[in-house]
Amino acid sequence: MMTDDWVIAADDLTKVYRMGELEVPALRGVSVRVRRGEVISIMGPSGSGKSTLMNILGCLDRPTTGTYALDEERVSDLRDDQLAAIRNRKVGFVFQSFNLLGRQTALANVELPMRYAGVTGERRTRAQAALESVGLGDRLTHRPNELSGGQQQRVAIARALVNNPSIILADEPTGNLDSKSGEEIMRILLALNATRGTTLIFVTHDQAIAGRTQRVIRLLDGLVDPGNGRTPGGAA
Amino acid sequence: MNFIQSALEALESLSSNKLRSGLTVLGIVIGVGAVIAMLAIGRGAQDAITGSIGSIGTNLLFVFEGGSDEVRSPKPLTLGDAEAIGDPFQAPSVVGVAPILQGGVEVTFQREGTFTQGSGVTPAYETVRNVTLSEGEFIREEHMLGRSAVAVLGPDTAETLFGRTQGIVGETIRIEGQPFRVIGVTEAKGGSGFTNEDDRVLIPLTTAETRLLRRGRGEVDMVIAQAFSADAVGQAQQEITGILQSRHRTPIGEDDFTVFTQQNFIATAQSITGVLTIFLGGIAAISLLVGGIGIMNIMLVSVTERTREIGLRKALGARRRDILIQFLAESSLLSLMGGLIGIALGWGLSTVVGFIARASNADLNPAVSLDAVLLATLFSAAVGLFFGLYPAKRASDLEPVEALRYE
Repeated sequence: MMTDDWVIAADDLTKVYRMGELEVPALRGVSVRVRRGEVISIMGPSGSGKSTLMNILGCLDRPTTGTYALDEERVSDLRDDQLAAIRNRKVGFVFQSFNLLGRQTALANVELPMRYAGVTGERRTRAQAALESVGLGDRLTHRPNELSGGQQQRVAIARALVNNPSIILADEPTGNLDSKSGEEIMRILLALNATRGTTLIFVTHDQAIAGRTQRVIRLLDGLVDPGNGRTPGGAA
Repeated sequence: MNFIQSALEALESLSSNKLRSGLTVLGIVIGVGAVIAMLAIGRGAQDAITGSIGSIGTNLLFVFEGGSDEVRSPKPLTLGDAEAIGDPFQAPSVVGVAPILQGGVEVTFQREGTFTQGSGVTPAYETVRNVTLSEGEFIREEHMLGRSAVAVLGPDTAETLFGRTQGIVGETIRIEGQPFRVIGVTEAKGGSGFTNEDDRVLIPLTTAETRLLRRGRGEVDMVIAQAFSADAVGQAQQEITGILQSRHRTPIGEDDFTVFTQQNFIATAQSITGVLTIFLGGIAAISLLVGGIGIMNIMLVSVTERTREIGLRKALGARRRDILIQFLAESSLLSLMGGLIGIALGWGLSTVVGFIARASNADLNPAVSLDAVLLATLFSAAVGLFFGLYPAKRASDLEPVEALRYE
């Protein structure tokens, strides 16, 4: 692994929210670097700026100051629609509450990112392949309410990886699942990293999840906690 | 995202809440239906009035005393004027002239009485005004010469006096107390238009002049002239104007008479019914506007309800435009469906109104015109776009982070 192949290179990120007259700093100078193929987790108590950092790393939001390059492309000052295109191509999201479109089939849900990417011809086959890779080849036309929580999260993972993103951001991916389904989801995500080399970033409270990642970034009060910045990470 | 896909997705989304979509569509249905029905009824009224003006004869010109307001003490029209207009050398375009004396008269038969329009006419009236008789005969030259006390009744008048329209010839009625012998009854022309042609009594002009509707010597109230063809109406109008200008010795630009053509009447009537149609259509358009506000309302609710979905779509790479198109497709589809059903409803309403009109013997036949349909379709699509734009804009402006967090 090349030491300078940073998929994420964020330097001195700050984020200040304005609440009327009040300025609330959420990030106060955070630098994060992630190598391609790495599996890391971001931890921190609520209010630590964890969600803000995830939003910026996922290109959902822009930092107030600082620079951020995703996959060697500087994205910290792109316009909304350009950010949308970056999210579409380079970021896969897995949310705690799955966020599937309830009226659509599993296939249609997985096809959604490709629709916004303008993919037309191979949409169905790629969506089907993605669902098969998470073990849902026999649930293609099921709707979310016909699937278990674990299965729904697997559809979400298929949706996240269908555009071959540079990173997959998983925000408490097992938070709404029982331990058995949670374990299955972790296994699928880590297998993605092992087989495809997909960079995984977990945002979590769960020490058990963090323990299975190669590196943990701990945030405290909008700063990276230097004492716990790196744990000798043993991948699962 | 292509067009068909957006439309299909919009349809799917709308059908997931059928009752709500249906009620929203209903607002547009009523609006479009009302616009189409009102325009059709207006068109029908216009046709009816035009038709009834046409039914009083063809290629007619009406000459009245008096010009514009500035002209003082106009000279009355006289029989001499009528004769001059009828002179083929002076007015070659005119083929028939009918001078008329008119006034309200009381007509009685035994105990029945009615107040109606009495007209003193010449025999030429029969051809000029295209009068047909259901029985008896029209006023002839000898009645004129003898100032005979004879009368031709309209069928409604006959019905009022006798309770029938047949077998009346030979009866004696009293007009203003004076006995007149009925010599004919005209055929029903349909009681509509600006005067009821079926409720009247016609008597010889000379009789009217001396015994009923006294005017100055030789004066008449109106002269009806008939041009020999539709194309000759304008020419006849010029000839009549020239004749009367020289006979009345009027200064230039101060005619003390007015020549109306049938086309003038039709144009006037059409402009009146046109205003009426626009008025009715305008009121109906307000309901279309209300329907549009209904669409806007429901789309705003929908945007709020689907904030998380919008956030997710944006997270997955939807641009502003994608979200905008998605919501505009839904509002346009609502209004388009409303428009289509509304056209059917408007057509149905017009048909029903036509049935009712026929059942009550009114001469009204609503006509749904293609331009009304096009207008309503375009208007409803525009309503959908216009009222959908704001909610769609609001959806597309949502920040993905906040939209995703929305509970």
